Amino acid sequence: MATRSRLGLVARRLAGAIPSIIGVVVVTFVLTRALPGDPAAYFAGAAADAESIEAVRHQLGLDRSLPEQFVGYVVALAQGDLGTSVSSGRPVTIELAERLPASIELTGLGLLFALMVAIPLGVLAATRPNSWVDHLCRVVVTAGVSLPTFFSGLFLVYVFYYLLGWAPSPLGRLDFIYLPPPQVTGFYTVDALLAGDTETFFAALRQLVLPALTLGLFALAPIARMTRGSMIQVLSGDFVRTARAMGLRRRTVLITYALRNALLPVITTLGMVFSFLLGSNVLVEKVFSWPGVGSWAIEGLIASDYAAVQGFVLTMAMLFIAVNLAIDVLYTLIDPRLGMDG
Amino acid sequence: MAAALLAVDRLSVSFRTRSGVVKALEEVSFAVGRGEMVGLVGESGSGKSVSAYAVMGIQDPAARITGGTMHYSGVDLTAASERDLQDLRGCEMSMIFQSPRTALNPIRTIGRQIADVLLRHSGATTRTARDKAVEALAQVRITDPARRYGAYPFELSGGMCQRVMIAMALACDPQLLILDEPTTGLDVTTQAAIMDLVQELCRARNMGALLITHDLHMAADYCDRLVVMHAGHVVESAAVATLLSNPRHPYTAGLIAATPAPDRGLEAITSIPGSLPDLRGTLPPCRYRQRCTRALPACDLPGLAMTELDTGHLVKCRNPL
Repeated sequence: MATRSRLGLVARRLAGAIPSIIGVVVVTFVLTRALPGDPAAYFAGAAADAESIEAVRHQLGLDRSLPEQFVGYVVALAQGDLGTSVSSGRPVTIELAERLPASIELTGLGLLFALMVAIPLGVLAATRPNSWVDHLCRVVVTAGVSLPTFFSGLFLVYVFYYLLGWAPSPLGRLDFIYLPPPQVTGFYTVDALLAGDTETFFAALRQLVLPALTLGLFALAPIARMTRGSMIQVLSGDFVRTARAMGLRRRTVLITYALRNALLPVITTLGMVFSFLLGSNVLVEKVFSWPGVGSWAIEGLIASDYAAVQGFVLTMAMLFIAVNLAIDVLYTLIDPRLGMDG
Repeated sequence: MAAALLAVDRLSVSFRTRSGVVKALEEVSFAVGRGEMVGLVGESGSGKSVSAYAVMGIQDPAARITGGTMHYSGVDLTAASERDLQDLRGCEMSMIFQSPRTALNPIRTIGRQIADVLLRHSGATTRTARDKAVEALAQVRITDPARRYGAYPFELSGGMCQRVMIAMALACDPQLLILDEPTTGLDVTTQAAIMDLVQELCRARNMGALLITHDLHMAADYCDRLVVMHAGHVVESAAVATLLSNPRHPYTAGLIAATPAPDRGLEAITSIPGSLPDLRGTLPPCRYRQRCTRALPACDLPGLAMTELDTGHLVKCRNPL
């Protein structure tokens, strides 16, 4: 009985995402058309006359009315066609397929690093208020919030590449002496492992460490702060007192009883943190010459390449919806109380 | 009363707070024997729960035991390590709390929570723990215990949650049960049902029980002996009948006069003047001094101690009734 109602709840959450997706499709279309500048004039070049600009405009489909353009856009979208990037002349879907895994690999590792540091740090700080761990937590949180990512990125490069020489040159996903592994998932580390090529795996990992740390430092602060606050609240709760009065081991009390309850609000923040990361990706990718979607979108924006920008915004929005949906579903599965009032 | 199961002797507990040291308990002594239910009564803030938490070893981190001893079946609780105390808690001595719905983990099924205690203490395996937990639920007369095993606290009523708490506390057959206002937040019929159940189970197992309550009626109905607390002091202790019919401490008399009874109208109920003193800084030997109508100049002299007026009837007062 409980399982079925929960499945129904998950289905309802999934259905709830459909309006957001429609909204995103409309908004990306309108926003990219509202970009300043005339792409036709831009791509026709400086020497173009009015006639050739018109020709380019017709070729791009920009001479049609907005509703017509929108219908064409939706029909193409339904067929998985995001248009052609006017600056590179390549289909946007292919560009995205190449660059999105690079960004996701970086963001994923950054988030993983942030979680692995922030949650234990938050828990330790909460169990030992005003100890050195608590102060460390406070310093890390303040630093993470106040240091801009491009600064911490450059700082890490300066220390670990320039001064210590531990890190490889911050130029992309692989040092030029290595060949990218055969593409399966698009994640170099995973693909290298699938190909059984540990050397390339470690090379790819080494490239990843600094940018992932930069992103992680940024993501760490809200997660650690949330974990600490939520943990302190839960630890003073009645059921933790009960668990202690029943003689349960400290580990069980802390992890099974307190942390699981404390993680509920942390999971909610994760959705927000992820969207922050998508935003700060752009800067980190620039600093580390990372061939991800962020830097590509910036170039597209500067070049008035609306197909690229539109593809980027659409993908990011979809990703964001997917992540929030996953968090919603996860939350529903963890917290049994949601089944009742959903 | 034979050798006491729990003996608390001149226990003092202080809290370090930002605004000074709060002397929450001073020289508190009481004992609980096997098969006996002792009531710890007094108004809110008199130190009843602090005493119980100190016995269980689950007091607030800011609390410090500054003097006295606590013995459970000969084991010195004040000297025991946290690890040894953990082994005792939930196994030898157990505790039931007020507001049972929040006292249970909201996102873990009640069966799993009972099984956690069984796995910790009774050497049950994951497989047998389930059956034992269902058995424990059946013992507190929860209908269809096998199905309730998978229920979450929010799916049960308050009275049902308190039954679950009792099942959890008794799962490992403890010798001592502490009940911290177990019926607060339950309706009157449920209160009686819960207390009857506790009394029955305690008698059947010959357990010692310590009932913390501010409800003098309930204490009178279920307890063998009463210990009256005021502002961190034990002011009087005696058998229930003696204490109610012949209170010797002015505070106990005040408490009784402030309790509604079937044969007494609302106008006959009197309140105790004043409120609990501030427990910071230096305090007079008798902490009831400021509220007492029978105070004498001698009350300010140091050296006030519990005196045995009759057999088993102890009072801490220089001018008893």
